Amino acid sequence: MTERLPSKDVVIVGLGWTGSIVANELADAGLQVMAIERGPWRDAAMSYAPNYAQDELRYRIRHELFLRPDQTTFTFRNKMSQTALPIRTWGAFMPPNGVGGGGVHWNGETWRFLPSDFVLATHLKQRYGEHFLPADMTIQDWGVTFQELEPHYDRFEYLCGTSGTAGNLKGEIRDGGNPFEGPRSREYPNPAQEQPFSHTLFAKAARELGYKPFPQPSGNMSRAYRNPLGVRLGPCTYCGFCEWFGCANYSKSSPQTTILPVLVRKSNFQARDNCEVTRINLDSSGQRATGVTFVDSAGQEFEQPAELVILAAYTIFNVQLLMLSGIGQRYDPVANRGVIGRNFTHQTTSDVTSFFDPARFVFNPFIASGAIGMCIDEFNGDNFDHGPHGFVGGGYMGQVQTNGRPIESTPVPPGTPSWGARWKQAVRENYLSALKPGTGVHGSMYSYRDVYLDLDPTYRDRFQRPLVRITLDFHENELKQNAFLTDRFAEIFHAMGARQIVKEYRKGPYDITAYQTTHLCGGAIMGTDPSTSALNRYLQSWDVPNLFVMGASAFPQNAGYNPTGTVAALAYWSAAQIRSQYLKNPGPLVHA
Amino acid sequence: MPRSTATGLRALLLTALLSVLACAPPGIANETGAQDFQQIERGRYLAAAGDCAGCHTDPRGGRPYAGGRPIQTPFGRVLAANITPDRDTGIGAWSDAQFDAAVRGGKMPNGSRLYPAMPYPYFARMRQEDVQALRAYLNTLAPVRNDVHSNQLPFPFNIRAFMRVWNALYFKSGVYRPDPRKSPSWNRGAYLVTGPGHCGACHTPKTPLGGDLSGKPLQGYSIQGWFAPDITDDSRRGLGDWSPQDVAEYLKNGHNRFAGAAGPMSDEVANGSSQMSDADLLAIATYLKDQHSHAPQISPVSLQDPAMVAGSAIYQDLCSACHRGDGRGIPYLIPDLAGSASVASDKPTSIVRVVLNGAKTVATEGEPTGPAMPSFKWQLSDTQVAAVTTYVRNSWGHAAQPTAASDVRKARKQLDASGN
Repeated sequence: MTERLPSKDVVIVGLGWTGSIVANELADAGLQVMAIERGPWRDAAMSYAPNYAQDELRYRIRHELFLRPDQTTFTFRNKMSQTALPIRTWGAFMPPNGVGGGGVHWNGETWRFLPSDFVLATHLKQRYGEHFLPADMTIQDWGVTFQELEPHYDRFEYLCGTSGTAGNLKGEIRDGGNPFEGPRSREYPNPAQEQPFSHTLFAKAARELGYKPFPQPSGNMSRAYRNPLGVRLGPCTYCGFCEWFGCANYSKSSPQTTILPVLVRKSNFQARDNCEVTRINLDSSGQRATGVTFVDSAGQEFEQPAELVILAAYTIFNVQLLMLSGIGQRYDPVANRGVIGRNFTHQTTSDVTSFFDPARFVFNPFIASGAIGMCIDEFNGDNFDHGPHGFVGGGYMGQVQTNGRPIESTPVPPGTPSWGARWKQAVRENYLSALKPGTGVHGSMYSYRDVYLDLDPTYRDRFQRPLVRITLDFHENELKQNAFLTDRFAEIFHAMGARQIVKEYRKGPYDITAYQTTHLCGGAIMGTDPSTSALNRYLQSWDVPNLFVMGASAFPQNAGYNPTGTVAALAYWSAAQIRSQYLKNPGPLVHA
Repeated sequence: MPRSTATGLRALLLTALLSVLACAPPGIANETGAQDFQQIERGRYLAAAGDCAGCHTDPRGGRPYAGGRPIQTPFGRVLAANITPDRDTGIGAWSDAQFDAAVRGGKMPNGSRLYPAMPYPYFARMRQEDVQALRAYLNTLAPVRNDVHSNQLPFPFNIRAFMRVWNALYFKSGVYRPDPRKSPSWNRGAYLVTGPGHCGACHTPKTPLGGDLSGKPLQGYSIQGWFAPDITDDSRRGLGDWSPQDVAEYLKNGHNRFAGAAGPMSDEVANGSSQMSDADLLAIATYLKDQHSHAPQISPVSLQDPAMVAGSAIYQDLCSACHRGDGRGIPYLIPDLAGSASVASDKPTSIVRVVLNGAKTVATEGEPTGPAMPSFKWQLSDTQVAAVTTYVRNSWGHAAQPTAASDVRKARKQLDASGN
């Protein structure tokens, strides 16, 4: 028996960054808000206490904070001609779970996309001509501009206390910041973090090569901070347990450390944890959501009626709920029709491991934070002339090494045996003097006709719902981009004085078992044309106007940056439009 | 749509509210005007200032003011009474005079005596009109039927007649009399602290019979597994380093640049002082900063003491990332250990408890963060807890008796027994 709960003004699916942001904005507008979260409640000090959180085996290797694949998973294949198989242990990306979502385990890299990223298709065609782009590339403009998002980026950065150095303040280029960034209306709320030795050495070498290095914008605090909601954060201790871990030192911005303490005090906000939404309910017209159905941990099914439904889950789960609820036309890559599942993307990353003379270089790699790092942006987006190179896109690159944790941080020169006394000796010799930035080259992935999400014909979840099927492979454009960027990156380590450099190019086929960031994007994209996008420029469903879909699933393609800043800015942008326009006159905000 | 729904709901609530106001609660045997808004508001304010709800609401899901909360006393357990206006199980049938006699005199309508878990020796300082205002406010509550049998004390303490002897020893009647030599703010603070606020109920040392130890007001006392620290102006164990503004801010928000409220004080801030006016909080601060105690000077434990050596290493390892090497935490987030009254107090009760069990500080409107410290119970042995607390209590200018491992063992047992 499904129990019908009292109706709410708003129901929010997922209580991560976007769910928390939208919940707080709409609760402030006086609405009764219910958030439903699949995973457990997580409190900073209690759920990952600082006296046990630095446990690499538990959190990094055994994926403590993430969804369990036996709860639900996806199937994967590279090509449309292949049969997809279920993912049984997470590899390429880590689906978050629980209150705070990915905001608990992220590194805190808080970037803005370039102004040209938001008008990508128009910009590239203007600069390089229609035929420069691969025929099957399906990139689009976003329908929203950098200028429109700037105040919302700013709000998120001040919420988080982002530490950084402005490179473009109201159009004025500033030394020490990223000269390629779009104009920002004011300084970062906190100065950049202190940088460890290897990071400053990278910056010095980059500068000598003619680049303009700058500190990575960081959600790890460079000093104590009180955000505009009155919530406090403390200075980062550079413990090196950031990505994959929660921070109970109150030093990493997360929903727990920035919004939730205020949100949970509001009498018009409620949340249910350990409850999984199984579908969005529609009325008989199919054009109006009436709420959601969810199942609690005891298996009891509930219906939560609501006037407004906000989908704020992880990329793939947003897309899955739309498909399973029959909202929007599912994408068909053969006919090149439909929108739900289209323009799915990830990130094109690679790394360079470099070995220095232990007698001359002691890097102490364990001193680090999640978003520490010195970066350059010369090879991101369209910051350089792609004409001679025959590819589009790019990424930032930097010495962004976040840790020297013992299980994973054992770089040894090629040719070293993989076990035994000689391996141990090589680890000892190189631990303090080898550098392994991780995702040092952080490149874009643009969208293609045959990279998409749909429902698997065979495999089902515990509710007998079809799993999402991922069809994803690298295309020539991204592999060329990565080879070019990785070579430029390696040159900087050479200039730093490395005696041996190992370039780890990203190569096809796309490998679902190797970690490559959790930045899955697209599948329910925003745009200006309902025939090629699921959402209008305010993240409102074209088909069901009382449904808004947050998150990176709205990205038409992925840029060469970490997505969280843009995900959050879009959530504020959408919430502002709901408050100022939609509530006065509920209905489509854009008439296509 | 949401907007119209919300408006409709508001209209409905307003109608409901008006009809409640139109028909005064039935059958309340009292003389206070049920509709004197100013008096009711004043009563509501005093109920907050006295944190009546703190004891008279059962935290295990009880209705506000309906009683049933167990109060641990040195002699056993009593349950807080139902003070909603229910005629049979609450105080609805009491006259105003009977209410006054209970609040200020510890006398029940049937002539029996209250136990001083109900702090009537403090409330005796209250002015009659304030007691009546409190009554007026309590009359506005919904009557809740909840039959509470307060007296759960073992023999012989369960014989209420003994309270006559206790009262002869420790109870002094008489409304607070302003001191003409002091400012109006000081006098307001004195009234609040010694009267409705009953600060001494926790912070004043007690005799073996639970009466206030004369001559040591507000100088600190162990209660409910915590040590309520000295809140006089004493620079070593009390509030000496705090300005009056620091004191007022702490009471308002539960946090100031030095400290955060945890344990029983966090309830007091949440239900009580955070609801009070800035002027009253500054008045309390003015009064407290003018109270003095003279603790005997003792020398700190030697740095070479094995407990100090071990404690220092444990501190660097487990505590210094947040509380910093110099014991100065992060203002408003991580409490200072250096200069903290809770750390420097005569007994290590609070610091041992916090190390064992962790603690969550209060979240308030002004300081919503409510930062918490994790439990180290599973990680540190009794000897290690004793060492690190000895170190903290003898560093940065502190001096205190070393913590005994046996005290930690006892505290651990008590926490385990209480289900913590």
